[in-house]
Amino acid sequence: MTRHVLARVDDFTDREVRRIEAGGKPLCVAQVDGRFYALIDRCPHGGAPLSGGRLTGTVESDGPGHYRLCRRDEMLKCPWHGWEFDLATGQSWSDPKATRTRAFAPSTVEGGDLVKGPYVAETVPVEVDGNYVVVDLP
Amino acid sequence: MTDMLTIDADFHLPQAGVSDLLPYLDDYWRMQVVDRELPSMPFRLSSYPANAPHARNTAFEGLDVPGALDRFGVSVAVCSMLHGVAGLHNPDMRAALLSAVNDLVARDWLDADTRLRGSIYISGEDPEAAVAEIERLAGDDRFVQVLMLAMQDLPHGARRYWPIYEAAQRHGLAVAIHAGALYRNPPSVSGWPSYQYEDYVIQSQAFENILVSFLGEGVFARFPDLKVVFLESGFGWLPTTLWRMDKTWRGTRQEVPWLDRPPSQITAGRVFLSLQPVDMPGPDEVAQVVKHVGSTDMLLFSTDYPHRQFDGDDPMPAGFPDAALPAIRAGNALRAYPRLGRDPALAARVDFLEVTP
Repeated sequence: MTRHVLARVDDFTDREVRRIEAGGKPLCVAQVDGRFYALIDRCPHGGAPLSGGRLTGTVESDGPGHYRLCRRDEMLKCPWHGWEFDLATGQSWSDPKATRTRAFAPSTVEGGDLVKGPYVAETVPVEVDGNYVVVDLP
Repeated sequence: MTDMLTIDADFHLPQAGVSDLLPYLDDYWRMQVVDRELPSMPFRLSSYPANAPHARNTAFEGLDVPGALDRFGVSVAVCSMLHGVAGLHNPDMRAALLSAVNDLVARDWLDADTRLRGSIYISGEDPEAAVAEIERLAGDDRFVQVLMLAMQDLPHGARRYWPIYEAAQRHGLAVAIHAGALYRNPPSVSGWPSYQYEDYVIQSQAFENILVSFLGEGVFARFPDLKVVFLESGFGWLPTTLWRMDKTWRGTRQEVPWLDRPPSQITAGRVFLSLQPVDMPGPDEVAQVVKHVGSTDMLLFSTDYPHRQFDGDDPMPAGFPDAALPAIRAGNALRAYPRLGRDPALAARVDFLEVTP
């Protein structure tokens, strides 16, 4: 596994979804309430870039006319067919048995001892002391 | 002829004339009907004459109701008298005449042949009166379904009609939708056609709308024991409609969150369709539809007496797996009609079928 820097923490606005390539892989990176999520940026259903989608939640119902918005902004809705994926697990919500994206577990760590990804290495070299978003990729 | 238990889901009684309904009306409505010369009105519901070629099946030639039941070995026939009084605008006169039709069916037909089961014929346009009629007749176990027409003011899933479904579910009555219109609603969702040919062909399309409406509006979620029967809907359209329902749902669940699993799973065991008219040309196409739908559990044997929907002597088209025939003939109907399902005499015959190779 190789640790890649994706971005500076403070470079993300809350609830931002962004495509970032790391280790040759396109990732869909999202930040919600200070927590970061990354998915391979390719919908397993039809191949759309998930980073073009919107954050959403789940809607539960006790019956017709009853709506309850749950897990707000913990899901990502694919821009092509509207399938929803759990940011934390990659689990598809539209058809839980059929589809799961590959989810990675980004963490926020102190910089300095990282193998930096292209973004940090090429454009923000002075941020070695700042907080970076990193991801481990094979 | 077969010894197999056979339940006919779509068997038509000859339409009674308005004068025949007079004994079943109270004094006021009898006076109104007579004084307004309504017995001279045909009040026919069909868009073609009774003696039109496609309205008469040569297989039934010369057969009266008991004779037709004998001819096709029908053990139980869920019968209906589709009557044009459902199209009346006056809600009170309509309710009185619908009650008269139902009472006439009970006395003239259900009393006369124990193989017949009845329909509580109602108008969807007055749910309050419809519920009252269901309550009035539900004590008679021979009535096994509530009967509505396919084309009315709103699609059947609309909340306006829910009191009808609540009453039907509570009494173990299926809700049957029969092809037909009130003639004040276009038979097509895109407007009025010009020709009878068009009207006849597009009847099946109404059922696609109705199925999606029942599903999307949440009727199956709200009434978990309700059973819906489509009569003369055809079923060749099922594969594409079921697929579109499932496919579209995947991306739009948030709008209709009461659809908590793929729609084709929600409608399974809840929606049943009569066999005739079969809208496939031959056994290969029948088999293809069955393969696409993945089941024959929703099909109910029907003769559509006395209408002409099939050639020859057997309403059962070729193309179904042999193993599916007992269920199409009767087993599925016992699930579609709760009151038939709990009839011990019928259940005993199904048990017998299940142990017979």
